[in-house]
Amino acid sequence: MAKVDYEKLKNIATEIRKGIIKSINAAGSGHPGGSLSAADILTVLYFYKMKVDPKNPKMEDRDRFVLSKGHAAPVLYATLAEKGFFSKEELLKLRHMGSMLQGHPDMKKVPGIEISTGSLGQGFSCSIGMALAAKLDKKDNRIYALLGDGEVQEGLVWEAAMAAGHYKLDNLTAILDYNGMQIDGKNDEVMTINPIKEKWESFGWYVIEIDGHNFEEIIKAFDKAETIKDKPTMIIAKTIKGKGVSFMENQVGWHGTAPKDEEAEKALKELGGC
Amino acid sequence: MSEKIATREAYGKALVDLGKVNEKVVVLDADLSKSTKTATFKKEFPNRFFNMGIAEQNLMGTAAGFATCGKISFASTFAMFASGRAFEIIRNSICYSNLNVKVCATHAGITVGEDGASHQALEDLAIMRAIPNMVVLNPADAVSAKKAVFAMAEYDGPVYSRFGRAAVPVIYDEDMEFEIGKGIEVKEGKDVTIIATGIMVAEALEARELLLKEGIKARVIDIHTIKPIDEEIIIKAAKETGAIVTAEEHNIIGGLGSAVAEVLTENKPVPMKRIGTKDTFGESGKPNELMEKYGLTAAHIAEAVKEVINKK
Ligand SMILES: Cc1ncc(C[n+]2csc(CCOP(=O)(O)OP(=O)(O)O)c2C)c(N)n1
Repeated sequence: MAKVDYEKLKNIATEIRKGIIKSINAAGSGHPGGSLSAADILTVLYFYKMKVDPKNPKMEDRDRFVLSKGHAAPVLYATLAEKGFFSKEELLKLRHMGSMLQGHPDMKKVPGIEISTGSLGQGFSCSIGMALAAKLDKKDNRIYALLGDGEVQEGLVWEAAMAAGHYKLDNLTAILDYNGMQIDGKNDEVMTINPIKEKWESFGWYVIEIDGHNFEEIIKAFDKAETIKDKPTMIIAKTIKGKGVSFMENQVGWHGTAPKDEEAEKALKELGGC
Repeated sequence: MSEKIATREAYGKALVDLGKVNEKVVVLDADLSKSTKTATFKKEFPNRFFNMGIAEQNLMGTAAGFATCGKISFASTFAMFASGRAFEIIRNSICYSNLNVKVCATHAGITVGEDGASHQALEDLAIMRAIPNMVVLNPADAVSAKKAVFAMAEYDGPVYSRFGRAAVPVIYDEDMEFEIGKGIEVKEGKDVTIIATGIMVAEALEARELLLKEGIKARVIDIHTIKPIDEEIIIKAAKETGAIVTAEEHNIIGGLGSAVAEVLTENKPVPMKRIGTKDTFGESGKPNELMEKYGLTAAHIAEAVKEVINKK
């Protein structure tokens, strides 16, 4: 296994977080909390794990990432820009008229986006079709889907989870961004999802629990998932909503609120400046 | 018009024929493959058939995922659950991204019969018609149903097609041409036009016979594509015959009647009457009893024709 440059990954994740803050600030609306919590996971996927080519987004046999919690579009946009799918300047046009960066991901507008999402549960279901297609065509590319912990309250998620277990989709890895919060409060107060590990296991999944901000653990989990046969893998990643910006961390209020100019400045300073 | 075949039977057979010539075709079902007739495809091509269980939303999401990988997905369940339970997934996962998924919905309309109102989709055409990018088909008989399946596969994008449970008369020859978006003038006539869709085309033809006995010559048009609708054939009929009756096995709100009315009001308003269920749920019964009770027979169409002619 190649030696991992953790310092580099950390810097990339910080750049992605800055992109999230800048783009949402420029848009005047958007979802920072659930974007920041997923930044380290997307960093590992796009800069360590996945076979993708920004110069050839439709490359045959590429690995595919599905942002099922589509409201976290800013983290995906910032990651794709960082990877070189499009210019970072685009980020400042987030949610503007005529921009390719829609409020929720649009596969027809943005290179590198595999399926349009925004309606919770939906992208994960589509990833089942992608994984089945890869199996049917005897391809060895992998499918990755990121879900929110509020999102898994959707019935569709469990329809898809059941199908993935039934069809033994070992080319599918799901990641649960378990930040413990949704819009109206903590998951446990709104509608508890626990016991979450047992739920996925009972649906026929191999489950790994990690700290979603620890690069070593994230990498190990993705590597491990590739070795699991006849089962899809769920990585339950314990995260912090708003991670990286002190005043946003673990604050339900920052789910869908845009930072104003001075807040954005403060956040960027914490992240090491522009 | 002697032989009777259900359009779902034709659908199942056509899928097998299509599967033989097109390797990209995958078929998905939600535990109804014996009823939707996709079981025939499953038997022939087990590795390209996917039973998703009783999970209609995931059926559509999975079909969308397949389509992003270059497959042509045929996803089947009853019309009620396709257009109802899975509506939002069809809208957001399939239509928004213009994906190559064919939603093939069987057991549509009142002729589902004994299962009753919970299974009689009478609003599916309206719901599907309102989604951007969605093409909406409703073939009239077994021959056009088979042609519709091949036309759908040729067309790159989302299509909803309705198929029926009950056996209905075969009205077309094997060499009929089915072009998405093009209506068919099945019978000529100058006094009035009956524009029908699905199994109501056969009723319209019967109505025409009844009317001929009274000296009224009705043109009969089969609108197998509810969307995009063939405006040209409708406007021409309005100009040449001056009165229109629409006939559909669907609520009079939102389906064929509404679509035709939209075309006429903007182009050539003429007296018009809609035959369909009158904004009501159905009930259990034999298909022919229900057709009678809910006002969907040839006699009802003939009555409506006389009304509109009087308003000319
Ligand atoms: C089907 C659906 N229902 C509701 C919403 C509105 N919504 C957007 S984000 C959200 C909360 C999501 O919480 P979670 O999945 O935990 O995301 P995170 O906390 O990581 O941002 C809700 C209810 C939606 N987008 N889709």
